[in-house]
Amino acid sequence: MAMAGPIIEVNGVNKAFGANTVLKDVSVQVAQGEVVVIIGPSGSGKSTLLRCLNGLERPESGEIRIEDRSLLDAGAGITEIRSRMGMVFQQFNLFPHLNVLQNITLAPVQVRKLAKGKAEELAMSLLGKVGLREKVGQYPASLSGGQAQRVAIARALAMEPRIMLFDEPTSALDPEMVGEVLTVMKELAAEGMTMVIVTHEMGFAREVGHRVLFMEQGVIVEEGTPQQLFDAPRQERTRAFLSKVL
Amino acid sequence: MHFRWDIIVDYLPLLLKGAALTIGISALAIVLGSILGLAVGFGKMSSRPYLSWPMSGYIHFFRGTPLYVQILIVHFGLVPACIGHTDAVIAAITALSLNSAAYTAEIYRAGIQSIDKGQTEAAQSLGMTGFQTMRFIILPQAVRRMVPAFGNEFVVLIKDSSLVALIAAPELMYWSNVMRGQYLRVWEPYLAAAFIYLILTYSLSKLLGWLEKKGVAG
Repeated sequence: MAMAGPIIEVNGVNKAFGANTVLKDVSVQVAQGEVVVIIGPSGSGKSTLLRCLNGLERPESGEIRIEDRSLLDAGAGITEIRSRMGMVFQQFNLFPHLNVLQNITLAPVQVRKLAKGKAEELAMSLLGKVGLREKVGQYPASLSGGQAQRVAIARALAMEPRIMLFDEPTSALDPEMVGEVLTVMKELAAEGMTMVIVTHEMGFAREVGHRVLFMEQGVIVEEGTPQQLFDAPRQERTRAFLSKVL
Repeated sequence: MHFRWDIIVDYLPLLLKGAALTIGISALAIVLGSILGLAVGFGKMSSRPYLSWPMSGYIHFFRGTPLYVQILIVHFGLVPACIGHTDAVIAAITALSLNSAAYTAEIYRAGIQSIDKGQTEAAQSLGMTGFQTMRFIILPQAVRRMVPAFGNEFVVLIKDSSLVALIAAPELMYWSNVMRGQYLRVWEPYLAAAFIYLILTYSLSKLLGWLEKKGVAG
């Protein structure tokens, strides 16, 4: 995990939707290879923070640097920064008019300008990795939630990203399908992928996270290793939240 | 009443010639209107007010005034101003295209805005540009949803094309009027015209229904 500077650097970010402030002067750094898990009650701003990291939301003020490049000043260059950063959504957001193979190869071919054959090879190896090689020709509508989310992870990985962002990746899944998605994420973490994960899966956060951030009302209330945060929370608000969810 | 089939048979070549022009005018207006409508629709959706305001005004004007009036303005005003003299067929195609563009613009807009925001976000998160997102993700999905609305619009356009008889474009309605004048009979020319319009619109809706089914199947 040793590296010169952080791969993600967030400084004093503020974000409001109308009169509703969702992020208040948030600062956080993520080192290369680090797995950071963000927990907190709904409406705490954790998803918004994650979405700010790849420019899906634009903060009113503050600074976000990805691999030492300013995201907010990137202009059209934002597509290049995004192409090196995968994102997995709660609702999968697979492209329903494309089959599994096309879902995965579209961006590598169009954005990375990879040859179609190469992209398909890559797609097959990623499908193998998430255990879905046999679904290659199917359309998203015929996949279960767990399968769809694993395809979505493969789709993001096909861009060979340096960072993976996960926005509540298991919240829309039936309970019996949560495990298969978490397994894929654990493997990724074990390979040294830099990951920022918003989740309600406390067991997963404890097992896989290098660092856990607890957010509430737009601020990072407390952060630490999973042991510190789950076993010996220092803040009363953290304790109150954990007592509700654990 | 004695229905005179013989005068319909006599006039059939002219009615069919008129129907051919009706098809020609409508088909061109459909194509031109759809292309222009795409530009107008995107213009209206633009975040730049110098694009969205004029396009919004365009749509209001053409949807909020009678096609009858628009045809007269184009025939006696716009076409002469552009080419020095007027021409009924050019005026007919122009007026119908301009009118249809206002309606198709709204079909494009509604279709595009009906696609879930998550699709755009997923495309963006993969590093796609706005154009790539539109081209590969949004439009292919939106077009399928637009097919029924386009079908309605095209049927309306074929029927509305009868209004250009007003400026003596020699299409189906024009020849039925001539026929009425010649024989001083009402039922034969107008029922014949109505029947031919019905064949045209019915075939078109069947064709579009088939397209729609094909699109849904994949």
